[in-house]
Amino acid sequence: MSPAPAAHPDYEVVIGLEVHVHLATESKLFSPAPVRYGDAPNHDVHPVDLGLPGVLPVLNARAVDLGIRAALATHCKVHPRSIFARKNYFYPDLPKGYQISQYEEPLATGGWLEIEVDGRAIRVGVTRIHLEEDAGKSIHEDAIAGREGSHVDLNRAGVPLLEIVSEPDLRSPEEAGAYLRALRQTLRYAGVSDADLEKGQFRCDANVSLRRHGASALGTRTELKNLNSFRFVEDALRAEIRRQAAVLDAGDSVQQATMHYDSERGTTRVMRTKENADDYRYFPDPDLIPLALDPAAVEAARRALPELPDARRARFAREYGLPAYDTSLLTESRALADFFEAAVRSMPARSGEPGATAKRVANWMLRDVLAQLKEGDREIDATRLAPEALAKLVALVEEGRVTAASARPLVAELMERGGDPEALVRERGLEAVSDASEIERAADEAIAAHPDVAAQVRAGEAKGLNFLMGQVMKRTGGKADPKRVREILARRVAAR
Amino acid sequence: MPFETVLELRDALDGGRASAAELAGRALARAAETADLGAFVRLRPEDALREAAESDARRARGERLSALDGVPIAIKDNLIQEGEPCGCASRILEGFVAPYQGTQVARLRAAGAVIVGRTNMDEFAMGSSTENSARGPTRNPWDRERVPGGSSGGSAAAVAAGIVPAALGSDTGGSIRLPASLSGVVGLKPTYGRVSRYGLVAFASSLDQVGPLARTAADCALVLEAIAGHDPADSTSLRDPVPHYTEALSGSVEGLRIGLPREFFEERGADPAVLACVREAVAELERAGARAVEISLPHTRHAVATYYLIATAEASSNLARYDGVRYGRRAAASSLGEMYRRTRSEGFGPEVKRRILLGTYVLSAGYYDAYYRKAMKVRTLLRRDFEAAWDRCDAIVSPTSPEVAFRLGEKSKDPLRMYLSDIYTVSANLAGLPAVSVPCGFARALPVGLQLIGRALDEETLLRAADAYQRRTAWHAARPEAVR
Amino acid sequence: MARIERSEVERIADLARLELSRDEVERMTSELEAILTYVESLRALDTDDVEPTYHAIPMATPLRDDQAGAVLAPERVLANAPDRDGFAFVVPKVLDEDEA
Repeated sequence: MSPAPAAHPDYEVVIGLEVHVHLATESKLFSPAPVRYGDAPNHDVHPVDLGLPGVLPVLNARAVDLGIRAALATHCKVHPRSIFARKNYFYPDLPKGYQISQYEEPLATGGWLEIEVDGRAIRVGVTRIHLEEDAGKSIHEDAIAGREGSHVDLNRAGVPLLEIVSEPDLRSPEEAGAYLRALRQTLRYAGVSDADLEKGQFRCDANVSLRRHGASALGTRTELKNLNSFRFVEDALRAEIRRQAAVLDAGDSVQQATMHYDSERGTTRVMRTKENADDYRYFPDPDLIPLALDPAAVEAARRALPELPDARRARFAREYGLPAYDTSLLTESRALADFFEAAVRSMPARSGEPGATAKRVANWMLRDVLAQLKEGDREIDATRLAPEALAKLVALVEEGRVTAASARPLVAELMERGGDPEALVRERGLEAVSDASEIERAADEAIAAHPDVAAQVRAGEAKGLNFLMGQVMKRTGGKADPKRVREILARRVAAR
Repeated sequence: MPFETVLELRDALDGGRASAAELAGRALARAAETADLGAFVRLRPEDALREAAESDARRARGERLSALDGVPIAIKDNLIQEGEPCGCASRILEGFVAPYQGTQVARLRAAGAVIVGRTNMDEFAMGSSTENSARGPTRNPWDRERVPGGSSGGSAAAVAAGIVPAALGSDTGGSIRLPASLSGVVGLKPTYGRVSRYGLVAFASSLDQVGPLARTAADCALVLEAIAGHDPADSTSLRDPVPHYTEALSGSVEGLRIGLPREFFEERGADPAVLACVREAVAELERAGARAVEISLPHTRHAVATYYLIATAEASSNLARYDGVRYGRRAAASSLGEMYRRTRSEGFGPEVKRRILLGTYVLSAGYYDAYYRKAMKVRTLLRRDFEAAWDRCDAIVSPTSPEVAFRLGEKSKDPLRMYLSDIYTVSANLAGLPAVSVPCGFARALPVGLQLIGRALDEETLLRAADAYQRRTAWHAARPEAVR
Repeated sequence: MARIERSEVERIADLARLELSRDEVERMTSELEAILTYVESLRALDTDDVEPTYHAIPMATPLRDDQAGAVLAPERVLANAPDRDGFAFVVPKVLDEDEA
C-alpha cells in the first residue's frame, strides 16, 4: 500500500476527533422526560432535568444497550464495570452545576473503524466510548423579543449522549471527513442513533497539531469545536492547518487553544486559551451505582448486531456481483440496502441470471429512486414506494408490457402515493404498444416525413435510425417497445 | 394531648376520644405557645386542618386506616412537599416553592398523616446545633439558653416540647441522633438506602438518610414502616422488603450481645457525667438479659476526619445547583459571572461556604488522591472494623454525644470544635449502618442519649433493644420544665 | 501543620463561584488550615491495598425502562424562575466566552 499523499508538504498533520451523538431513545438518560426536537422551550423537562433540590438520576436501560451496540460495532472492549462521574462546572445550561459523564472507568475502550480514502484502506483507532448527559441550550443573543441577556432552554438537558473519541490516527482533513462519514453510517446501521446533523444529533470536535515529518513527539494541538457538517469539519481543519503551518514557519510556537472557524473568511481564530482551564473535579457520582454488565448479555448483543456497512457492501459485491460504485450507493443507509434486497427478492425468478436481475434492480434504484430521494431530500422510508412495487415495475418493463420511458416517471408517483404499478399503468393507459400494424403505420409516417434521413439510414448511418426511432416513439406516445420499433423501422426503411 | 405518643393518639382517635381536627388544632396552638423555641420555620394551619378533616371523614366512613392516619407530624425544612416552600433554612432558597412531591412526604400522606409544618435546621443540614439557620436558632426545650443539637434541631424540639408526637429529620453525620440526644427524644437513622432520598435536599449523597424522631422507639418503628421501602426514583434505594418493625418489639433483650467499643468509652473523650449515664444504661440492659462485650473499632479515631472530607466534597458538588438561574434567590448583577458570585455569596451562610470551600479543595486537581480518595479508603477500613465486630455482638453501644446541650454561641466560633460533636455518630453514616439514640438519663438536668448501632438492615434489633429499655425506664416520659 | 496560600483559597473560591472579602479570605484560610491539619492524621494510615468505598451497601445497578413519561408542566418549570421570557429562563449575558 503506498503511503498517503501528505496533507501538507512540510509538516505531518495529526488529527483526533471527538464525536457526541444523541442516542435513539424515547426518554432521557436519567429522567423519563421525552427526547424530542423542535418543541417550545422548557416543554420537555422533568424535575430531574431541572436540577431541583432533592431530585435524583435513574439510568435508562436502552441507553446502555445502545452504548454497548456502538462499542461492539467499533470493535471496542466493553467493560463489565464502568462508573458515572460528575464533571463540575458552572454554566446556565447545566442545571445541576455538574454533568453526569464517565471519566476514569468508561463504558468501552480500544476499538477501531476502517475507512477508505482514495482507494486506500485506513484503520482509525477508537480510544474510548462513554455515556453522558447533554446540556440544555443557551442562546446568547442581544435582543430576543427585546430582552437583553441569554435565554436558557432545558429541553435538551439530560438527552443521552455517547462520546466517541478517536486516536489521533487521522492525517488529513479528507481522512477526518471519511472517518466521520463512516462512523455516522455505522451508528445509523447499528440503530444507535439517527445521527441527523441538522437536529444536532451528531456533533464533532476536532483536535489538530502539526509536526515535522518523521518526528515522533506530537506538536501542540488546538481544538475546533461544534463543527456542524462534514464539509465544515474539513474546511475548518484546512484553515487551521494553514494557520498553524504559518506560525511554525515563522519560527513561533503554536499555543494550546480552542479555535473558532469563520466559514465566510475561511480562517480560524483563537476563541479561548487553555490557561484558565476549569478544574472539573471529577469524582464518582454518589447518586448512581457502578454500571455492572453481564458478559453473557454483551455477547448476546454482539451476536444480535445487524450486518454493518462494510460487511453488507462486501456481501452485495459477492452475492449480487455488483461493482463498488453500486454497492457503495446502495448501502448508504440500512433502510436503502434493505429496500434493495427486498426488491430483488420480489423479482420473478428467471432461470440462470440472478446477477442480472440484481443489476437491473440496482440500475433502477441508482438511476431513478436515488434521484427522486435526492430531489425530495428524504429517506427511502419516508416515501410510499414499496420494494415489491419497484420490483413489479422493473418486471413489467422487462416483459415488454410497458416501455422504460413510460415507466420511469411512475417511480416518483409511486413514492408519493404508493400503490400497485400494474394498476397505475392501466389507469394511465401506458401499456406498451406491441401491435405490429400500429408500429408499422407509425414507422411509415416517420419515414415519409423524413425521406432524407431514411436515405441516410439506407446508406449505412446508424444514428439516422435513432432519430427515426424518436419520431416513432413520439407518434406512439412513447408506448411502443423500442426493440420492436427498431426492428420494424429497419425493415420498413430497407423495404423502400 | 401534649407529650402523648403516636400510639396514644391513635388509640384516642380509634376510641373516638379525639378527632384528627382536634389534634391538629392542639398541635398548631401549642406551636404558637412555644414559638419562642424557634422549632418551626413554617406552619400550615389551613392545609393541616383540611388534611385532618379528610382523615376524620375516612374514619367516619369506616375505611381501614394506617396507624398514622390523623396524627399530626412535622417535617424538616429540607424535605420536599409539593406546593410548599422548601428553604433548608437558607436565604438562597427564598421564594422557592416545590413543584413536585418528595417520596417521604408522599408516603406520610398516603398513610394519612397530617403535616403541621416545617421545622428549623442548620442551613442545608450543615451543623450540629441548629445555630446555622438563616431563620435564627432553635432553642432547647430543656433550657432555652442552650442548643437542641443539629442539624434536625427543630424536629427534635418540636417533639421534646410536645408540639407533635413525631417528626422527620435527616442524618448525614448524626443530624437526627445528636439533636434527639440533646433534646431527650428518640431519633433513628435507618440503614443507608432504607428510606428514599428522592425529595431530600442533598447534602452528602452517600451519607444522607431520612428518619423519624419521636418520644418512643415504638413510635419510631411506626413512622419508619410508613416511609421505608424501595423507590424506583432513587438509584441508591434498597429493594429489600420492609419488615413490620412494630411486630419486632417483643420487649426482650434476652441474650442480646452489646458491644462496647473501647475507643468510645475513653475517659477523656466525653463528659464523665454522660459516660456515667451510658454505663448505667448498659447495666440496665444487662439486668434485662443482655450481655455486654468489649470490642474495638480501631479506625473510629479517624472517623470525623474521614467524614468531613467525604461530606464536604459531595456537598460542594450538590450545592452547585444553587446559582440563581432557575429558582431561589438571585442577586442583581450585570454579568453572568457576577450573578453567580453574588447570588451564592449572599445566599449561603458562613458554615455552608466553609464546607463548600473545603469540599472544592478536597476534590481539586492535585488533592483528590491525597484527600478524597484517601478518605474513601479509610471508609473501607471503618467498614471492616464493624464487620469484624458483628462476629462478637449484635448491637454496638456508645454515648450519642460527648456532652449535654451546650450554650448558644458557645461553640459556633470554632468550627473544628463543633465538628467534634459528631465523634460518635459519623461512623454509622460512613459504614451505612442503622443507629438510634434513646434517652438514658440526665446530667446536670440536661438529657443524655444512648446510641445503639446495628447491622445493615437490622433496624429491628435496634428498635427492640431501645423499646425494651424504654419499658424499663422512664427517661422518655420526663417533660421539660421550661415548656410545661 | 497544613499550610494553604491565600491565593489558593482565592482560586478555590473562584471555582466554587463564591466571592470572599479580604477578611473572609483571611478567616477561611486559617479555618481551612486547622481542618486540614486535623485530617492530616489520615495520611499515616496504610491504605495501599485498600479499595475505596464509594457505596457503603453493595447493590445491583438499577435501570429504568426507556419509556417517555411525565414532564413538569412548562408553567411549573418556570414558576420559580427569578427572570423569564415566555418559556425561557433569562440570565445576564456572559461577558466573554471564558467568564461564566
